[in-house]
Amino acid sequence: MPLVVQLRSAVCLLGRFPALAGVDLDVAEGEVVLLSGANGAGKTTLLRLVAGLAPLHSGTATVLGHDLAEDREGARPAIGLFGHQTFCYDDLTVRENLRFAARSVRKPVEAADTALERVGLQAQAGVEHARLSAGQRRRLALAVALAREPRLLLLDEPHAGLDAEGRAVLDAVVRTAPADGRTVLLASHELDIGRALAGREAVVAGGRVVRGGLLATSDSVPRTEKEGAGAR
Amino acid sequence: MSLWREVWLVAGKDLRIEARSRVVLYQILPFGALVLLLFAFALDPSRGLLPRVAPGLFWIAVLLAALLAVSRAFAIEQQNDARDGLRMSGLDSSALFLGKFTAIALELLVLEVFLGVGVAVLYDVEVGSVAVLVLSALAATAGVAATGTLYGVLAAGLRVRETLVPVLLLPVVAPVMLGATRAWEAGLGGVASDGWPWVGLLALFAALYTGMGMLAFGPLLEES
Repeated sequence: MPLVVQLRSAVCLLGRFPALAGVDLDVAEGEVVLLSGANGAGKTTLLRLVAGLAPLHSGTATVLGHDLAEDREGARPAIGLFGHQTFCYDDLTVRENLRFAARSVRKPVEAADTALERVGLQAQAGVEHARLSAGQRRRLALAVALAREPRLLLLDEPHAGLDAEGRAVLDAVVRTAPADGRTVLLASHELDIGRALAGREAVVAGGRVVRGGLLATSDSVPRTEKEGAGAR
Repeated sequence: MSLWREVWLVAGKDLRIEARSRVVLYQILPFGALVLLLFAFALDPSRGLLPRVAPGLFWIAVLLAALLAVSRAFAIEQQNDARDGLRMSGLDSSALFLGKFTAIALELLVLEVFLGVGVAVLYDVEVGSVAVLVLSALAATAGVAATGTLYGVLAAGLRVRETLVPVLLLPVVAPVMLGATRAWEAGLGGVASDGWPWVGLLALFAALYTGMGMLAFGPLLEES
């Protein structure tokens, strides 16, 4: 499988603080990789680096064929980031925000409507973002990522703030990602759920990937592939 | 998607937000009207001074209100990290600049029509050359919107942006203020032909800053 993400000794400084202090990570197309680690380990910065939102200060990073040292913006339209914020405008409705997200990456408005249905927010389609509950905003944030029809889905603590139904929708999105042609990087503290969804785990500590390997409990990797686990 | 479709996507989004939030209607227009009214009180209409200084007062009111419009245009991008959403989009940075520019310019034109009526009512001015007035207003509006968009994104990521935007912007738009005031003096009862060189200067200023904005907006958005 071709590599979607390839990081070598990647360093990202936030001010003078090395939020990433030399990350090595390979993610192949169609993989679901769990990033685990304590608070402040660098998981969110790692996702932002891959998304092209955080700068690469040294090392090499290639995402979807784009060298981030030369071109931080090239891969962005093919990436969906579901993080702590919705990237939405308070005064626009759910549908308007989703359609703007889809059209801004040259996707048809039908992609927005499909994402809306997938997260179950049809009843709130005409409601302004500012009037949504916290849980509805989380679903909208997921829909914004899906409306972009991304090849690479970056999920940062995605289960936080979602109710049982929302979690089921999210889990279905992750489980069907390989079949949908998507690669997923999932940062989570909820290790049981994350390990059940991911095919491989990379443990982040002190701004580095300190350990990695295939997961025996994953739904997304056939049992035979898990044997002989070992990963960069 | 063509550049102009992308421009309209961004401008339409900003204008829809303004139409719904009504910040322009309920805050920026009344602010501009209050500035005109306060000048009228301060300069005492009975002394006959107001018609002579009306062009300068009009453009001061427009510029002060424009500061609010520019701040507002970038404040909405701070909501829910929407600015990162813009960065993640595949939209051309020139289109992002021109979209923001278009929305601010249209809001300023509405403001100018509103304040123009206010000047006519409060300051008792006579209209000489409508062409000079309209074309100089269009060029000055483009200049203010272009500089506002450029300096607005420059200050967007800073915690002190509300206070920094006026400090950065007002010295830069001083030539616009001067040119527009002179052009309007010519258009309001003066010699109309005296206004055309100022219209040309305003158009040149607008073109210069629009070009600079199209080039610089992307890097500034990344670094702000």
